[in-house]
Amino acid sequence: MSAIELRDVSVVLGGRAVVDRVSASVAEGEWLALIGPNGAGKTTLLRAIGRLVPFAGEIVLDGRLVAELPRGELARLVAVVPQEPVTPPWMTVSEYVLLGRTPHLGSLAKEGRRDREAAARALARLDLLALRERRLETLSGGERQRAVVARALAQEARIVLLDEPTAALDIGHQQQALELLDGLREESGLTLVAAMHDLTLAAQYAERMVLLDGGRVAAEGAPADVLTEALIAGHYGAAIDVVPVGGRIAVVPRRRAVNRDG
Amino acid sequence: MSAVAEHTSDVRARGLTPLWACSAVAFLLVSLAIGVLAGPVDLAPGAVLESVAARLHVPGATTSLSPTEEAILWEIRVPRVILAALVGAMLATAGATYQGVFRNPLADPYLLGVAAGAGLGATIAIAYLPEGLRGQRALPAAAFVGGVVAVMLTYAVGRSARRERDAATLVLAGVTVAAFFTAWQTFVQQQNAETLQQVYAWILGNIPSTGWSDVVLILPYVAVAVAVIIALRRVVDVLSLGDDEAASLGVDVRRVRLVLVVAATLGTAAAVAVSGLIGFVGIIVPHTIRLLFGVGYRALLPLSVIVGAGFLVLADVIARTALAPAEIPLGVVTAFIGAPFFALVLRTMRGGSA
Repeated sequence: MSAIELRDVSVVLGGRAVVDRVSASVAEGEWLALIGPNGAGKTTLLRAIGRLVPFAGEIVLDGRLVAELPRGELARLVAVVPQEPVTPPWMTVSEYVLLGRTPHLGSLAKEGRRDREAAARALARLDLLALRERRLETLSGGERQRAVVARALAQEARIVLLDEPTAALDIGHQQQALELLDGLREESGLTLVAAMHDLTLAAQYAERMVLLDGGRVAAEGAPADVLTEALIAGHYGAAIDVVPVGGRIAVVPRRRAVNRDG
Repeated sequence: MSAVAEHTSDVRARGLTPLWACSAVAFLLVSLAIGVLAGPVDLAPGAVLESVAARLHVPGATTSLSPTEEAILWEIRVPRVILAALVGAMLATAGATYQGVFRNPLADPYLLGVAAGAGLGATIAIAYLPEGLRGQRALPAAAFVGGVVAVMLTYAVGRSARRERDAATLVLAGVTVAAFFTAWQTFVQQQNAETLQQVYAWILGNIPSTGWSDVVLILPYVAVAVAVIIALRRVVDVLSLGDDEAASLGVDVRRVRLVLVVAATLGTAAAVAVSGLIGFVGIIVPHTIRLLFGVGYRALLPLSVIVGAGFLVLADVIARTALAPAEIPLGVVTAFIGAPFFALVLRTMRGGSA
């Protein structure tokens, strides 16, 4: 059974189909990258899967219709890491990560031992135990990003949706964050769907890609099948070279003037 | 994973620690004592304690106060102090709740139009009801109804909004409704100029010395509102992540917000009905607690209840004793002592939070 099944999913915002009849499926334990130019509908599609926008069509998670799941149950199935998460400055890292336990608690309950264990595991996994008492405002960008991922882990959902997980990070922290997610996927069989702008990073980590343009699926498949000069030129309007790197591929932008002269 | 097991007990949210709870309760008790003892008639603290013990049926305790002093204590001072405590607790808690629910540090309990609505209700009662009717019963009722109607209208206007703009639209709808009701109130007031002073006095706020009737009137509202808010305090922390993230953590944001706003509004409307408009408490008390302790809502909300009660009791003492036998409007006192105090806290504390 696939972890995520999208059937003719459309999202209309302001009279425009931002996501237009998208069908796709993601296998359990798979890393799927959503790529596409700005405004292609990547973020909106992720939000639809998390039922944060109204959508038409069917989204099935672990065999269950998203539209019919109670909110709490949906949150136990899927965790969402937004592109710009809100990190209240006064909150400690522990408090923030414990909020990830919300779907496992009644609205009147407080965290019990099981919840604190889950949060402690997530903190340990993200190497944040030493920072657990620190307020979020005192963390660096990279540490804060780890806290956000730790919160998603504490949620103990099998599916994690990430919107540009590395947008705010330098190249070292980008690599760290993606290695970490990949490790978690391998260890615990998480299913990851990440919207990514950096095509080289996407090619390095994702097993499969969906290229969106104008809300529609323009291409789908292994990175080598999607990241072709023709497809990227056609949908991003970018001139690139695809070069093999360590068994995977990298995307290198080509300067047009240089190209013309050469 | 032994490190995890070792640290599990350390991974916790800062709730209400015994130290903070005790400090807050001590502050409240001192305020209550000052509130009961301060006044034109001197009551000896020892005699007051004896009288309290006698009322609580402590074996062997008898009062040494004269019947007049007993009456002053139990029919005037104690109910007024308790009323001030209830109003203060409600306004501070409602303010903190609104700040959390709307993620706006400037939100106060009057945000969604309750003040303007109550003001209109009170003005209509003062202007149009016959002298005999408008006193004790009709004015609070009119103010309460006006406040609740205004907030319902705010919700109705805000409901037309797109889901993702929910909170911001509600606030804008509140501004709209408040402007409309204030204009209406000003018009009624203008047409009935002879009532100006009475309306003005109501708007500036005061805790009436009406014995137990007002306490009985608002106690159920305040008790239920505070209980609901305290019960949901963890969810308010979740809401501070924003609507989307709260929803992706399984919270039904609209429903929770509605429950919290209804609780805070009904409690505030009840408080406003008996005390008029007392500004500042709903903003100053939660922010002072935040600046001093830097805590999340799960500690802030219970602390606001206790500290808000103590704060307004003290402010009321100043209101009725500073220029005795005249009374200073309570809203003037809360802002007059609250603003410099808050400025001091702002200056002293390094790095705040909202």
